Amino acid sequence: MLIGIVFIISVGAFYLIHLLPGDPAAVILGTGDSPQNRARLFKELGLNKPILEQYFVWIKNVLHGNLGTSFISQTSVWSTIKSALPIDVEIIVLSQILAFAVAIPTAMVSARKPDGWLDRLLGATSFTLLSIPSFVVIVLLVLFIAIKLGVPHTGVSSYVSLGQDWVVNLESLALPSFTLALGSFVVYYRVLRSDLIATLQEEYITMARSKGISQRRIMWRHAFRPSSVALLGTAGVNIGGLLAGGFIVQYLLSIPGLGYTLIQSIGLSDYLVVQGIVLVVSVGVILINFAFDLIINIVDPRISRE
Amino acid sequence: MFWICVGWIALNIVGAIFANVLPLQNPLFQNYASVNAGPSLHHLFGTDDLGRDIFARVVYGSRVSIEVSLGAMLIGFGLGAPLGMLAAYRRGKFDSILTAVMYVFLAFPAIIATIAVLSFWTPRSLLKIIVVVGIASVPLVYRVIRSATMNFASRDFVIAAKVQGATDRRILIKELLPNIAPVGVSFLLIGIATVVTLEGALAFLGLSVNPPTPSWGNMINESLSILQINPWLAIFPSLAMCLFLLSLNFIGDRLRAHFEVSEAKL
Repeated sequence: MLIGIVFIISVGAFYLIHLLPGDPAAVILGTGDSPQNRARLFKELGLNKPILEQYFVWIKNVLHGNLGTSFISQTSVWSTIKSALPIDVEIIVLSQILAFAVAIPTAMVSARKPDGWLDRLLGATSFTLLSIPSFVVIVLLVLFIAIKLGVPHTGVSSYVSLGQDWVVNLESLALPSFTLALGSFVVYYRVLRSDLIATLQEEYITMARSKGISQRRIMWRHAFRPSSVALLGTAGVNIGGLLAGGFIVQYLLSIPGLGYTLIQSIGLSDYLVVQGIVLVVSVGVILINFAFDLIINIVDPRISRE
Repeated sequence: MFWICVGWIALNIVGAIFANVLPLQNPLFQNYASVNAGPSLHHLFGTDDLGRDIFARVVYGSRVSIEVSLGAMLIGFGLGAPLGMLAAYRRGKFDSILTAVMYVFLAFPAIIATIAVLSFWTPRSLLKIIVVVGIASVPLVYRVIRSATMNFASRDFVIAAKVQGATDRRILIKELLPNIAPVGVSFLLIGIATVVTLEGALAFLGLSVNPPTPSWGNMINESLSILQINPWLAIFPSLAMCLFLLSLNFIGDRLRAHFEVSEAKL
């Protein structure tokens, strides 16, 4: 199944070029269109061969870790991706830690007294946050925190790599991580809250209560684990979405992650880099979903037994 | 609250349709005498870096968001909904092949595919954006409508209609369509909200409509380079977009809650 999907995506990423109008060679070369480059391209991709054979030439290269060499920057696509990907991973990890750390306690508070004033307040807040796109959040954050308050290392193009200075690195990733965390928090809070409310109606919870077990222990030990299946499923989809859709935040702050690189390459019409990133991100999204499916099976063994 | 949201959406749509009849300033007129002015009586929302009236541009900008979202949803629902209904009603080979094809499309991250196609399909136009986003939404609509139809396709009232000799077309339109309409409408609202956000995202990549045509996304994008001098240019289109999205989400949420409740009463 997994291999099938990856295969289909590779076909999609490859034939994308042929779906577009115009000469594929001209599109791939972009501004790097010169006779030498054209000759190299035809040799590498076998463009004069039949279209089916072209795919096999390409996929063989990809499986050997060779995504081609950009005709514009003359660097290998794989090395470009390899230097950008860790930044995406760091932002996503930071944002998810933040989102879960806030979403789990707040969902528990809400579920303890559904329709209480705290639950209503949290509900209204999460609903409002749901309607604010991430690019609006980041623009307003930059406006108020980086410009009006003048907090250092939070503005546009203040990114410093982790190896250079990890404190400044964290500062420069604070706003983007917070922005993505906000969007994730809303989703996680809503999913976990409704599942917790459903779980707390179960008889074994009443049983635990009648035994005099404390509210806190019931929440964490008895209700949380069975309620977290939908949460994990949502998290898998959401993290995949962040990998594919987190580019805006990176772009706005000039953080050189995958998303930013993708946009730069689109601007330069650097087709091979775009194709490589599309492939890597697509496979990444699928692997993340797959990993979360595995985690769900560990958390709730009933699912795999069925 | 529900009717305030409906009213707000209606006001936005009326404003977008009648933008050139309303007493607005020309959204493209550049007045260098008042550049980056704050809100005033003459310029309700102030002016941008080229002296254009922000209020007029926000109203005209809603046109792009509304056109793209309605157009894309027209394509998405026009193709996805009938196919989804038919697949759930017919089942068999037709269903399994179609569903397999749709899942293949779903496996591809839609946003990346949209960006990739739009960026290499030049020159850009509003129509192309609508077509690409619309086609990208077909598998999602198909999946939602198919599973909604499945819930009803084998119920007694459908079988009763079949026994009475109703044609397939009649069953699909008269029996099934009214039942899946609530799901369809609330998904439509989510879809519109998503496309409005997507237009904003595309604008940042320079993949939305070409300037100087105003769109909410374009305006927010233009404001970035002058955020320090003129925050109003960021704030007003952002506010317009957020209120529009909030209203859509609220209406969708209420509709869903309403239909769930009435189902529970049965």
